[in-house]
Amino acid sequence: MTQTQAEIVPVLTQGADRGARETLQEWLPKLVLAPSFALILLFVYGFILFTAVLSFTGSKLLPDFSTWVGFGNYVRLFNHPNWIVSLKNLAIFSVLYIAVCTVLGLGLAILLDQKIRGEGFLRPIYLYPMALSFFVTGVAWKWFLDPSIGLEHVMHTWGWESFSFRWIKEGKMAIYTIVIAAVWQSSGFVMAMFLAGLRGVDNEVIKAAQIDGASTVMIYRRIIIPLMRPVFLSAFVVLAHLAIKSYDLVVAMTDGGPGTATWVPALFMQKFTFGRNEMAMGASSAIIMMMMIFSIIVPYLYSELRGGRRS
Amino acid sequence: MLRKLLIGTMLSTALTAYAAPSFAEEVEVLHWWTSGGEAAALDVLKKNLEAEGVTWKDMPVAGGGGEQAMTALRARVTAGNPPTAVQALGFDITDWAKQGVVGDLGEVAAEENWDAVIPAALQAFSKYDGKWIAAPVNVHSTNWVWINKKALDAAGGKAPETWDELIAVLDKMKANGISPIGHGGQAWQDATIFDAVVLAEGTDFYKASMIDLDPAALNSDKMVGVFDKMGKLKEYVDADFSGRDWNLASAMVIEGKAGMQFMGDWAKGEFLKAGLKPGADFVCIRFPGTQGAVTFNSDQFMMFKVGDANKAAQLKMASAIEDPAFQSAFNVVKGSAPARTDVPNDAFDDCGKKAMADLAEADKSGKLFGSMAHGHANPAAVKNAMYDVITRHFNGELDSKAAAEELANAVAAAQ
Repeated sequence: MTQTQAEIVPVLTQGADRGARETLQEWLPKLVLAPSFALILLFVYGFILFTAVLSFTGSKLLPDFSTWVGFGNYVRLFNHPNWIVSLKNLAIFSVLYIAVCTVLGLGLAILLDQKIRGEGFLRPIYLYPMALSFFVTGVAWKWFLDPSIGLEHVMHTWGWESFSFRWIKEGKMAIYTIVIAAVWQSSGFVMAMFLAGLRGVDNEVIKAAQIDGASTVMIYRRIIIPLMRPVFLSAFVVLAHLAIKSYDLVVAMTDGGPGTATWVPALFMQKFTFGRNEMAMGASSAIIMMMMIFSIIVPYLYSELRGGRRS
Repeated sequence: MLRKLLIGTMLSTALTAYAAPSFAEEVEVLHWWTSGGEAAALDVLKKNLEAEGVTWKDMPVAGGGGEQAMTALRARVTAGNPPTAVQALGFDITDWAKQGVVGDLGEVAAEENWDAVIPAALQAFSKYDGKWIAAPVNVHSTNWVWINKKALDAAGGKAPETWDELIAVLDKMKANGISPIGHGGQAWQDATIFDAVVLAEGTDFYKASMIDLDPAALNSDKMVGVFDKMGKLKEYVDADFSGRDWNLASAMVIEGKAGMQFMGDWAKGEFLKAGLKPGADFVCIRFPGTQGAVTFNSDQFMMFKVGDANKAAQLKMASAIEDPAFQSAFNVVKGSAPARTDVPNDAFDDCGKKAMADLAEADKSGKLFGSMAHGHANPAAVKNAMYDVITRHFNGELDSKAAAEELANAVAAAQ
């Protein structure tokens, strides 16, 4: 009896041991994730909530939770000429930026995909602007487009006296110079995304189409580009959120000028919160910007997740 | 795990919070005087304090108008650990005082009789609720015109004293083939000119519109006239003015590419650095029609509430700032006038002497006003609302009548 008991005990503890290990294995990933989850919960979602609450207060220099103004800040926001200018500029900027980047990126990717020599050399040339910060891009383009030292000046010294390109100094055109700089920066990155997509296209499909007598243009138009749908979607999401939060490029190139002609929502948020001691107005503009981003990201996530379930 | 992490974080925060040495007398100073001349000027103060056994802990946050410095300050104050002294301008001081976080310099101020030697218009910012909370370092006046002497000689040689004379000189300079006004198209620079043009319409009008923010003065025929004059001045600015920094505009005047610049007296430093002599190579006058009145901005060191251990050092610093010898040494280098009116003017150049005399005169006659363009006439929100309108008008987005209307509306909305 005693003997069997002694034999049983280790078996039992072994079983308990295994149970503990399994429990640990089950809990370990959650434990390891917990700190980062807590940090994100606090520093991202917590502060989103904080900003939202702030936008209903009368905060000026520092957060102040003693005065509540309801939607007053939002009303003031949409009556403020600078905010209206910011929204218009955002519309112009994001539509052009996304459209031109996508078209240029796709075009470059298709050309690079023709199994040309020196692709390994050409690809990084297009991609490198992405390695620069938007601020550096902005300063470089500011100098390049400044009529008194940049392109126009150089053309004049080369003898083309009538050459004139002074958009950056003109209130109506300045926002387009920012589009130019932003497109220069990002289209290489979009190209890389499309190139990866093009490399993933099944050669069999193309060969089948060729046997059927389809021209190259037809193959691209009817088969390859439609196959790029997920890449279009990813590119759109990446570019759209870059457009909404565009700030450094504008600060470096025009700092909102001439006049208030190139204000964008992110610049508005920064200037009101920190420059004008209007923290609550800044917070309400930040909330509007966040809603804009959510309106892009949420449908994207929804379609992605639903797609995942379907496959 | 989570708890350990939390405990660890709390411990390390607590350690850093209490790690400050409490033995030596020390002042921690947040400022944005990081460029050559300014840093050298501040170094004088640092040395004076070190001679008294007070350690200087430097906390420089670079960036023109101190916007970044104020952002850094927000973080420090919110964390409950403000620096001893912070360089600050105008209404920012009042805004911080309202938060109840500033110190009290009463002892030193009473002992050294600051009330009698510092102009009342400055005291409006250095005091809050009757208590001294900041020590003013200097007075910059902003209604200056800096004229290239050669360009002026070629245009008749007489410095303009009225609006019509100014336009005549500008016309001649234009005919001589230079761009008459060296100007940078940034909102605050546009506003600096605007300030002077409003002041030229009379000190009562300046006070009513810029300081009292009287809607009837803001949207008045007189204000439409001011905007018309701004539009007129715009005709004498070169085509590439937009976005140019103020010191590049000064350089245009120094090199003779432009005739004159409307700018505060920090511009003088650029002329002196280029080896130009006041009177011989360049001329400093008040904006035509504003002689006798002065719009100013004043750098001050705002003192925060610190523990008893650091209080003595803070008072020593305040006293060192108001020391007449330091006021003279600092302002000779900085190009401004001393904040005290009893400092001898021997060390200053002709423009500096004029600045001090004008300041004392304006103080006596009650014509010393805070500058709107530099945040000394109204709070940041109102100032920037005015900037928006001024710069939009200057860039041709609004006509004069619409601008005056918009000015009144924008100010009302920002209050």
